[in-house]
Amino acid sequence: MSKYIFKRVLLMIPTLIGAGVLVFFLMRLIPGDVCELRFAGTGLYVDQAQIDTCRSNLGIDRPMFVQFADFMIGFFTFNFGDSMWTGKPILFEIGLRFELSLQVAIMATFVAVIIAIPLGAISAIKQDTWLDYAVRTFAIAGIAIPSFWLGIMIILGLLIVTQQVTGIPWMPPIDYKPIWVDPAHNIAQLIWPAVATGYRYSAVATRMTRSALLEVLREDYIRTARAKGLIEKIVINRHALKNAMLPVVTIIGIEFAFLMGGLVVTEQVFNLNGIGKLFIESVQNHDYAMTEALVMLVVLIFVVTNFIIDLCYAWLDPRIRYS
Amino acid sequence: MSEVAPNIREANKRESVTGSSKGFDEVLVDVKNLKMHFPVTDGVFIPKVVAHVKAVDGVSFQVYRGETLGVVGESGCGKTTTGRCILQLEKPTEGEIIFYGEDITKYSPKEMIDVRKKIQVIFQDPYSSLNPRMKVGDIIAEPMHVHGIITDPVERRTRVHYLLNVCGLATAFADRYPHEMSGGQRQRVGIARALAMNPEFIICDEAVSALDVSIQAQVINLLEDLRDEFDLTYLFISHDLSVVRHICHRVAVMYLGNLVELADGDELFENPMHPYTKLLLDAVPIPDPEIEKTRAHAVIKGEIPSPINPPSGCVFHPRCPKMVDSCTKDIPQLREVKPGHWVACSEV
Repeated sequence: MSKYIFKRVLLMIPTLIGAGVLVFFLMRLIPGDVCELRFAGTGLYVDQAQIDTCRSNLGIDRPMFVQFADFMIGFFTFNFGDSMWTGKPILFEIGLRFELSLQVAIMATFVAVIIAIPLGAISAIKQDTWLDYAVRTFAIAGIAIPSFWLGIMIILGLLIVTQQVTGIPWMPPIDYKPIWVDPAHNIAQLIWPAVATGYRYSAVATRMTRSALLEVLREDYIRTARAKGLIEKIVINRHALKNAMLPVVTIIGIEFAFLMGGLVVTEQVFNLNGIGKLFIESVQNHDYAMTEALVMLVVLIFVVTNFIIDLCYAWLDPRIRYS
Repeated sequence: MSEVAPNIREANKRESVTGSSKGFDEVLVDVKNLKMHFPVTDGVFIPKVVAHVKAVDGVSFQVYRGETLGVVGESGCGKTTTGRCILQLEKPTEGEIIFYGEDITKYSPKEMIDVRKKIQVIFQDPYSSLNPRMKVGDIIAEPMHVHGIITDPVERRTRVHYLLNVCGLATAFADRYPHEMSGGQRQRVGIARALAMNPEFIICDEAVSALDVSIQAQVINLLEDLRDEFDLTYLFISHDLSVVRHICHRVAVMYLGNLVELADGDELFENPMHPYTKLLLDAVPIPDPEIEKTRAHAVIKGEIPSPINPPSGCVFHPRCPKMVDSCTKDIPQLREVKPGHWVACSEV
C-alpha cells in the first residue's frame, strides 16, 4: 500500500508538468500583456520605454523557456512570486480567498450528499413509481438549471419572502467574515451559494446513486441476502448501498474539485470574493503569474482529490488491491 | 377416467398412507396448483399489461421430509421460478404452498422471516451470489446475527468455523473475501451460509451447474453427507440429468411451466413414460463413443413454444411424436400409471 501511494505521488509530477506546459504557453498566445494593458488600457499616449521597463521589471521580456523554467521551479517550491497586477504575493492573494471558496465547496458537498444519497436510493428502490419520476424530474432540473440563475432566484425569493413576512426585505450579508469570527453571519452569507451550487451537484450525484443502486439491486448477492431472510432495510443499507457507492464517490470527488475553481459566475451573483472571482480578474488583467498559479492550484486539487478517491476505492471495495 | 386423480396431491396422500417406495411418508412442503404469471407491459408513459409469461402454470407436488426431489427440464421450463416461489422471492399469481400446515403465500414479509430460517437456498453462480464486500465469515454469520439465533459474537464465530469445517473448508477462510477463493470453495461457502440457520429444507437451484465436473462430484457428495447428517430435505433443481439421477430419490420433469412426469429416480430413468421425458433422456450422451456413434438419436423437433402464448391442450403436442387429435384440445392431468409413477399424457 505504501509503495502504491509513493508511486501515485510520483505519477502526479508528470501530470502537473503537463498542465503547467499547457497553461503557460496558452496564456502567452493571448495577444497583449499586462504591461500594455496597464499603460495602454487608458487609451492615452503610450510610452514604449515605459512598457519595456515594466516588462523587464516583471521578467516577461526574457526568453520563453527561461520564464517557463522559472515558473515550474517556482511551482514546485511553492514560490509563485508576486501578482503582476497588484504586486502583492500570489499566495497572499489566494490565501485571502481560498478559505471562502473551500467553505462554499465543503458546504455544497454536504448539501449534495445529504440530498443525493437518500433521494437516489429511494428513486432506485421505488423504480418506475411516481416517487421515482418526481426524483428524476428534480434531478434533471438540477442539471438543466444554471446555478447562477438559481442563485439570482434565491436572492429574489429571499427578498420577496422576507418582505411579505416581516415587512423588511432581508438580503444575505455581502461582507465575508470567517466562520470562527462570526458563525451566524458567515453561514447566513455562504449557505445560499452552497445551496445554489449544491443543487446541481446533488442532481448529478442523485442520478449516479440511482443508476448504480439499480444495477447492484439486480445482483445475485442481493437475492442471496433476501433469501437469508434479511429485512429489506438491511439488504439495502448493508448489501446494496455500500456496493453502489463506488461511482458515487468518484462523482462527488470530481464535483468537489470543480467547485474549488469553477464557481466563477455564482461568486459574481452572490458578490463573493472567492477563487473564481480572482480567476476571472487575473485573466482580464493578463496577470499571467496569477492565472498560472490559480490553474495549477485547481489542477493540484483535482489530482489530489482523485488520489484520495482512489484510496477510498480500496476501502470501499476489498477486491481492489494496489501493487 | 376414475383412475385419473384430479391432482397429484390427493394421490400422494394415498401414497403417504402406504408410504412411498423409499420410505418417506411425512409431507414437508405441499405445492398446490402453483401459478406464476409475469406481466408483459408495453407503453412508455402509462405501461399497460399486454400479456403474461406463464412461467409456471399449475404445478402441484409434494416434498417428503428427508427426500431429495429433483426438478429437471430445459431452460425456461419454470423450474427456477418454482423454487423462487417456494422461497417467496416471487409472489405466486395463484396456488398454495403449504409448509407446516400453513399456506406461506399468504404470509406477510414479517411472517416470512420465520419461514426463511427453515427454508434456505443454494444458488447457481457462486461467483455472483456472494457479496464482494463482505468477508466469508460475515456472510455466514449475518443471518444468525440478524435473526438473533446466536447473539454472542464469540459463539457465532465458533459456529462459523464449525460450518466451514462441515463444508470442507479451513477455518482461515472466514477472514477471506469471496474473490480470493475458487468456484468450488465459494459454492461451499454458499452451502455453509445456507446451513447457518439450521434449515430443514434446502432448495438447490442449479447448485453445481457452474462448477467443473470434478468439483461437481465433491459438492454433490458434500450435499449428500449433509443431508444424512442434518436430516435435510432438498429440492434439487437442475438441467443435468446424470447429477439428478445420482442424488435424487424422486424426479419431477417440467415442460413449459407444467409438470409432465414424476417418479422415483431409478424408475424414471429406466422406464420413462412421457414422450418428452423419453426424448430428454435420449439427448443425454453416452460416455462410450462406440455406442454413441451407432445408437439412434431422437431429437426433439421444433423450438420450445413461447410461454406467453402456450399451445392449447397438452403444451407438448406441437413437438410430440405421439400426438393424436385430442392432444390439441384436452389438457392431460397427472395420473398414476404405476405405483408412484405419475404421467401427464393421454397416450400412456
